Amino acid sequence: MKRVLVTLSVNGAQHAREVEPRLLLSDFLRRDLGLTGTHVGCEHGVCGACTIRLDGAAVRSCLIFAVQADGHAVATVEGLAPGRGQLSVLQQAFQDTHGLQCGYCTPGILMTVSAFLEENADPTEEQVRHALSGNLCRCTGYQHIVDAVLLAAKRLREAA
Amino acid sequence: MTARHIGRPITRNEDPRLLTGRALFVDDVERPGLLHAAFLRSPHAHATILSVDTEAAKARPGVLAVITAEDLGDYWKPGPLLVPPPPIPGMTFRQRCQVPLARDVVRHVGEPVAMVIAESRYIAEDALGDIVAEYAPLPVVGDLEAALAPASPRVHADLADNIAAEVVQRKGDYAAARARAAHIVRRRFRYDRGASIPMETRGIVADWDAKADRLTVWDTTQAPVGIRNGLAAMLGLSERQVRVIAPFIGGGFGPKMMMFYPEEVLVPWIAMRLERPVKWIEDRLEHFFATTHERGQIHEAEIALDATGKILGVRDDFLMDTGAYNPYGLTVPLNSQCTLLNCYDVPAYESRFRAIYTNRTLVTPYRGAGRQHGVFVMERLLDAAARELGLDRVEIRRLNLIPPDAFPYRNEIIYQDFAPLTYDSGNYEPILDKALEAIGYGGFAEEKAKARAEGRCLGLGIVCYVEGTGIGPYEGARVRVQASGKVTLATGIGTQGQGHFTALAQVVAEQLGVDVRDVEVTTGDTDQFDWGVGTFASRGAVVAGSASHEAAKVVRSKILKAAAVHFECAEADLVLEDGKVAIAGVPEKHIALGALAQLANPLRGAVKPGTEPGLEATSYFGPEMGATAAGAHAMVIELDPQTMRPTILRYVVVHDCGTVLNPLILAGQIQGGVAQGIGNAFFEQLAWSEEGQLMNASLADYLLPTALDVPRMELHHTVTPSPLNPLGTKGAGEGGAIPVGALFAQAIEDALDLPAKGIEIAEIPLSPSRLWEIVHGGD
Repeated sequence: MKRVLVTLSVNGAQHAREVEPRLLLSDFLRRDLGLTGTHVGCEHGVCGACTIRLDGAAVRSCLIFAVQADGHAVATVEGLAPGRGQLSVLQQAFQDTHGLQCGYCTPGILMTVSAFLEENADPTEEQVRHALSGNLCRCTGYQHIVDAVLLAAKRLREAA
Repeated sequence: MTARHIGRPITRNEDPRLLTGRALFVDDVERPGLLHAAFLRSPHAHATILSVDTEAAKARPGVLAVITAEDLGDYWKPGPLLVPPPPIPGMTFRQRCQVPLARDVVRHVGEPVAMVIAESRYIAEDALGDIVAEYAPLPVVGDLEAALAPASPRVHADLADNIAAEVVQRKGDYAAARARAAHIVRRRFRYDRGASIPMETRGIVADWDAKADRLTVWDTTQAPVGIRNGLAAMLGLSERQVRVIAPFIGGGFGPKMMMFYPEEVLVPWIAMRLERPVKWIEDRLEHFFATTHERGQIHEAEIALDATGKILGVRDDFLMDTGAYNPYGLTVPLNSQCTLLNCYDVPAYESRFRAIYTNRTLVTPYRGAGRQHGVFVMERLLDAAARELGLDRVEIRRLNLIPPDAFPYRNEIIYQDFAPLTYDSGNYEPILDKALEAIGYGGFAEEKAKARAEGRCLGLGIVCYVEGTGIGPYEGARVRVQASGKVTLATGIGTQGQGHFTALAQVVAEQLGVDVRDVEVTTGDTDQFDWGVGTFASRGAVVAGSASHEAAKVVRSKILKAAAVHFECAEADLVLEDGKVAIAGVPEKHIALGALAQLANPLRGAVKPGTEPGLEATSYFGPEMGATAAGAHAMVIELDPQTMRPTILRYVVVHDCGTVLNPLILAGQIQGGVAQGIGNAFFEQLAWSEEGQLMNASLADYLLPTALDVPRMELHHTVTPSPLNPLGTKGAGEGGAIPVGALFAQAIEDALDLPAKGIEIAEIPLSPSRLWEIVHGGD
């Protein structure tokens, strides 16, 4: 199959790769770039585990092809922490509230929420639940995730 | 000694890796030269395979192998039988285990027929489309009752009928109890199939290193040691030659305990044949067909009561859908049979079940593992009985609770661990009272009337449950103090999000006086620890936790002994805390644990006869029986009679799992269990066509609860420590999920005042459309 050159930035680093046009962005990130923090849960855009940010917007990397990301800026869970051995405010809030169990859905939830909190710095619980409603979690029952998001929002506001 | 670490809400050691995308899941494993597997699966629920033509697939560039049953030679065989049936007199058990690749007949949609190995998963799936398989469809067995008819088609043609097992168990004399009953309430209940749907599907990577003469397998299993032992036996290797790693697993919930799945048999085999590493990751569509399901029972039950509402006996006769094969034996129906008696004193019980083969995916335990079916039947019978006797639904429960002085209480029915179930300890009435208080039971009638005046339909549910947890046979743990002063703990169980890296670290830290962050826990790597059974039946914290406790205690005594020699003092004068040993009252006289570990492992000199080097110990713990947890759930819903959509206004859980190791992790387990229970009660139902096709095999159609559907819960605990293990703890993994179906049924009846209209909820799962049918008729 004919290969196509894709040039994009991921977490601020530039990458250029030749890929099959049918290669999913999720597979490109995981296999070609080795960024396995982005998880694939359903491959049909429902579960949200593979959520990344494309030019800032939270999108499902299993629903777009790598070639569609050509020229765009991608952010993944690996880019969230300020440095190795550190956690971002959002990540720390998830640990502090026990907002994850198996952790498989967590990267997608973190990416969804990181975009959400940029749009709404002071959300209500209801707004948080709506923002999370496109991400499935089978372990937690969501309560601690909601708590984590509210705690992160509070800490981010206090630090602003 | 007061607890320093046990019982504290310590945040998790494992979280930083998971939160930064650095935790290894099976699909993250990359190896040089990695190949990818894909499976051709049966499109029919029941058919004869006429031919499988793989030539075009083999010719596709990038394809290395296409394997059918014929290619497996002697390696093709059914099984193994994972759980043999327990010794119950008079029982029937007809074993028919799954096969690696179907040879002559396919018995459920999704059964593997051929395996393709290619340079990428994309090419492997292309090649699946090249395979031409011809089938002659056979009549399909789906409905459980129709499956019993003499004229029914048979799932296994060599059996006379579709009965996979028949078991009768008795306690007391039910016929005598019935004869003297003032009231007999008889009902029929249906509890349909669901699926566990962990966010990570199954997967396996196998890497045969010919030079090292070793096979390494990464597997999404809940039982890595069992997989290691089984693979060694199947592949003709010694156990030493096989390393199975269950790394971070994205949720298990039971179906990842099943072994061996066909893919687990085939991927290591082909990796050895090709001498190339091979990966297979289940996609979500495959998961719906190829990973085991649970539930699917029909009960005909009756309860006999005296004039006051005291239970004299219960009789139950149920059918259980076991799917096309039964490698997991009778765990699910036995759990239903035992747990039906719930937290009540039932002097007489007679229960028969028949497990039925159907042309559907296999049934194995999923969180709750049949216990919710038993609890549903008993709780629904009590609700109906209360109405018949004019009793309050709470009072009939209170009247029949096992009293606190009756423990250990003999349930007598043989349980999934093959022994007659005994409830080790419990105190049930305070649980019920706490739930009533927290949900506002006393003021609810008024609240309901007030809401009704505003045109709103409120309903309250309150139900009780027990859960047999922490069963044997055993788990083990090895604890070692390293020269760095950090402590390692290795155990054979797998972990799927339960917080073992933290809860087990707390148990060890408690004994050794170190920081919980300084205890590194390894689970699920047979090179680190290769004795163990697995993570299932709410047993990880209880059984592996107790083994960790025992091993840490031995290490503690070694530390004190070595320090006493070092300081030339009595052990009783030593204090072990903050990662060092000090002489009591002389804090400047101290030695760090790491330094002591080095002293205990000298490079010169002599280790005294009869002693061992290092500060290390391995211990095993095997409980004589499981510890029985208990609880009550209560909720208030508002039901919209136009849309039949319930909104949960309040949800209360009162749970007793003995000693709590970590309340933060426990809360997560309970909330997650309730969420799955809510899904099971109101969202999730596998919809089958007459032809045995699964009609909703996607997450867009099989609805899991979202953050909008699961309410904030109010959790309360009572503590009745178990006498069966040194920690006094009981399992908590499944309790949250068990009573939710019964709770929904009762609360919905209450909200719409259905019994007054002669309507009862006798089935789970419900949905808005099904509720409409029940209330308004039609289907």
